[in-house]
Amino acid sequence: MSIRFYSVSIMIGLLFLTGCATQDSHVLSGGSAVELRSFQTRAFDTTDKHKMMRSTIATLQDLGFIIDKTDEDLGLVTGTKLSGYKIRMTVIVRPRGETQLAVRASAIYNNEPIEDPLPYQDFFTALGKGIFLTAQKVD
Amino acid sequence: MIDFLSARRALVCTFLICMFITGCASIPKDAFKLPPASLEDRQLQSRVFNTLDNGLLLTSGASVLQDLGYSIDESNVGLGVLSASKQADATDAGQIVGAVVLALLTGAVTPTDDEQKIRVCLVIQESLDDPDSSVARITIQRIIWNTQGRVSRVESINSPELYQAFFEKLSKATFLEANLI
Repeated sequence: MSIRFYSVSIMIGLLFLTGCATQDSHVLSGGSAVELRSFQTRAFDTTDKHKMMRSTIATLQDLGFIIDKTDEDLGLVTGTKLSGYKIRMTVIVRPRGETQLAVRASAIYNNEPIEDPLPYQDFFTALGKGIFLTAQKVD
Repeated sequence: MIDFLSARRALVCTFLICMFITGCASIPKDAFKLPPASLEDRQLQSRVFNTLDNGLLLTSGASVLQDLGYSIDESNVGLGVLSASKQADATDAGQIVGAVVLALLTGAVTPTDDEQKIRVCLVIQESLDDPDSSVARITIQRIIWNTQGRVSRVESINSPELYQAFFEKLSKATFLEANLI
């Protein structure tokens, strides 16, 4: 009887724990920024930002995304995929040195940020195929 | 003693299940992989127009979508992007009949599809095969809410008939022929 009581109260305690982070703490929360940035970013040997953005848009369309927002000055493309689930993707293209462009992609699956390197790898593989360039890892 | 052990086991199980629930939101493996049918999809969703005027194709696209009751969410002539959306009815007679029959048999009220938001995206790219032509590609998605106000489905709409009907309208609006890739 008392063991059951304890197990129930521990369970309730666990439920309570998951909800006890304050709402404000999420504003600037996130994983390890350096590690995350490294697998969300690839460098490409081109300086044609416009073409890279158009390839990003074409790749996102190939992958089933609809383009929500674009900004050429910022090099920004945002898209959403709906396929039983929802993925929101933000891609930013910017110059990297004199001869390269850096492309950074970040995605949210339903309401969770994707912090697994594999989906990003798949995206950059598809993007590289679209623009006939190899996506290079950056440090 | 045995009782205590089994209770402890139950506790450990509960703990593991709790951990599993919090960690099980993994994304589908193929979410960012090009589907085998992606080339075919692209062909169905695209038409070639003999112009390099992004502005013409996009303003015509916008007016076609306006005619259909869409509001424009995003436009960028330089990148050749136009996105629009509209709210529409999503009630399905068959589904309602099914829900009524189920309610009569079991007494349980099942929610049915009620409203949908349709999103259309038109992208213009230069044609790789013909330097004087552009390729217009359309993709459509929808979000469906049920009678309880919850999202019941989110999906892409793959319908060659809808693509064809849209490009016919776009062709009329631009006075240009829409050719298959």
